[in-house]
Amino acid sequence: MIVADKLVKKFGKLTALNNVSLTCNAGECIALIGPNGSGKTTLIKSVLGMVVSDKGTITFNGKNILKNWQYRNKIGYMPQIGRYPDNMTIGQVINMMKDIRGRKKENLDEELIKNWGLDKLMDKRMRTLSGGTRQKVSAVLAFLFNPDVLILDEPTAGLDPLSSEILKDKIVKEKANNKLIIITSHILSELDDLVTQVIFMQEGKLMFHKSIEELRQNTGHEKLSKVIASLMSNN
Amino acid sequence: MKKIIKYVFIDILRSKIVIGFTIFLLILSLSIFNLEDNSSKGLLSLLNIILIIVPLVSILFSAIYVYNSSEFLELLVSQPLKRKSIWLSLYVGLAGAMALSFFVGAGIPILMYESTPTGYIMIIIGVLLSVIFVSIAMLAAVLTRDKAKGIGVVMLLWLYFSLLFDGLILFILFEFADYPLEKPMVFLSALNPIDLGRIMILLKMDVSALMGYTGAVFKDFFGTSTGFAIAMVVMFAWAAIPLWISVKKFKHKDL
Repeated sequence: MIVADKLVKKFGKLTALNNVSLTCNAGECIALIGPNGSGKTTLIKSVLGMVVSDKGTITFNGKNILKNWQYRNKIGYMPQIGRYPDNMTIGQVINMMKDIRGRKKENLDEELIKNWGLDKLMDKRMRTLSGGTRQKVSAVLAFLFNPDVLILDEPTAGLDPLSSEILKDKIVKEKANNKLIIITSHILSELDDLVTQVIFMQEGKLMFHKSIEELRQNTGHEKLSKVIASLMSNN
Repeated sequence: MKKIIKYVFIDILRSKIVIGFTIFLLILSLSIFNLEDNSSKGLLSLLNIILIIVPLVSILFSAIYVYNSSEFLELLVSQPLKRKSIWLSLYVGLAGAMALSFFVGAGIPILMYESTPTGYIMIIIGVLLSVIFVSIAMLAAVLTRDKAKGIGVVMLLWLYFSLLFDGLILFILFEFADYPLEKPMVFLSALNPIDLGRIMILLKMDVSALMGYTGAVFKDFFGTSTGFAIAMVVMFAWAAIPLWISVKKFKHKDL
C-alpha cells in the first residue's frame, strides 16, 4: 500500500533519513521504533507529504505522492504534538475538519468522542486544553473519517491509563478491519498485543523490518521489550 | 479552496486588529476632510498618510498572521488539500481583509468628500498597495523560519520602500546630475510600488506642475493611457510575482 524507495532527507548537516526503503501493506500493524532523533517522525511526515524528501520516492497505492494530494483522504494522522489554532474550540476544530474533507454527515466514526466524554468539552478553546485532552482531539481527528491507513505518532504519550486503554481497544478494533496501522512508541510493553511487524530505525537508517514472530524466534524472547533489548545489545 | 478562505477570513476578523485599523483609517480620513476647507487639499494630506501607513500595517499584520497560523498551516497540510490552494487561500483571505479594511476606512470617506477621478485613482492605489504588501509579507514569511527574524526583515523592507528607496534616488540624481536622467527616472520609479502609486496620484492633481522637468516627463509618460496601463500592469506584477515565488517556496517547505 505504501512503498518508500531510497528516501534521503537532510536538514542542513543532519541526515534525518538515510536511504530508507520500506513496504507496508493493508492489514499490517507496524511498530516504528528507535532511539530519539532516529528519523521516525521525519519518515512519517514524508509519507504525509509534510516533509519533502531530497531523494527517493514514496508511492501510495502505486501512485507517487508528490503530485498527488487526494491520497491523504485515506490517511488518518495523529501527530506527536498536536498543534491547533489557539482560539478555536474543540467543536469548531472538528467541524472545520469535517467541512474541509467535505464529509459532514456520512459514516463518521465518533466512537472515541463518546468513550472519552469529549462531547461535554466541545466549547473549550484549544489554548486552554491540557496536553492529554489535546492528544485526545488529535486521536479523534485521526479516526473520524474511517481512513484506510492510520499513522499514530506516540499515541498514548500524555494519556492517563484509562484513556490509553480506550485508545488501544480502538486500535485493536481497527486492525481487525484490515487497515494499515503504523505506530511509533517508546513504551514497548503496550505494543506487545498490537503489532505484527517491527521496523527499527537508528540514526536515519532502517536497521530491520521483520515480523514479530520472526523476531521472537530469532531472539528466544516473548516480550517485545526484551526482543529489542537483546537486538540492541547484539549490535 | 473557498472553505479555507472562509476559515482564514473568520480568524482574521476574530483577531480584531483589522477592525481596529479600519476604524483608525475612518477617523483619520474623516477628520482630515473636515479640517480642510478644500476637499482636494484634504486628499493631498490623506495621500501622504496612506502611502506610509497602509503598506506598514499590511506588511506587518500579514507577516505576524502567517507566523501565528503556523499550527493551522501544519494541520491543513496533513489533510487532503493542495499546498498551492492552502497558500493561495491564505493570501486571498489576508489580501481581501486588508483591501476591504482600506476601502471601508479610507475609500468611503473619499467617495463622500471627493468623488472625482483623482479620488477614484487614490482608492485603486490604496487597495493595490494593501494587496502588494500582503504578497511581499508572505514571501518574506515563507523564506524565514524564525518569527523574530521574519518580522525584522519585513520592517526593513517597509523602511526600504518608503524611505531608503527615495534616498537612493536622490543620491543617484545628485551624483549623475550632469546626465539627462528624466527618462531613466520613469523606469526607476517602477522599482518601488509606493513611488509608482504616489506618481500616479500626484499626476492627477494640479500639484504635478510643481515637479519640474522630471514631472513633465512623468506627465508625458503616465499621462497617456498606455503609460497609465503600463503602470497598472507593473503594480499588478508587484502583487503577483512575490506571491508566485512564495507559492513555489511553500510547495517544498518542510512543516
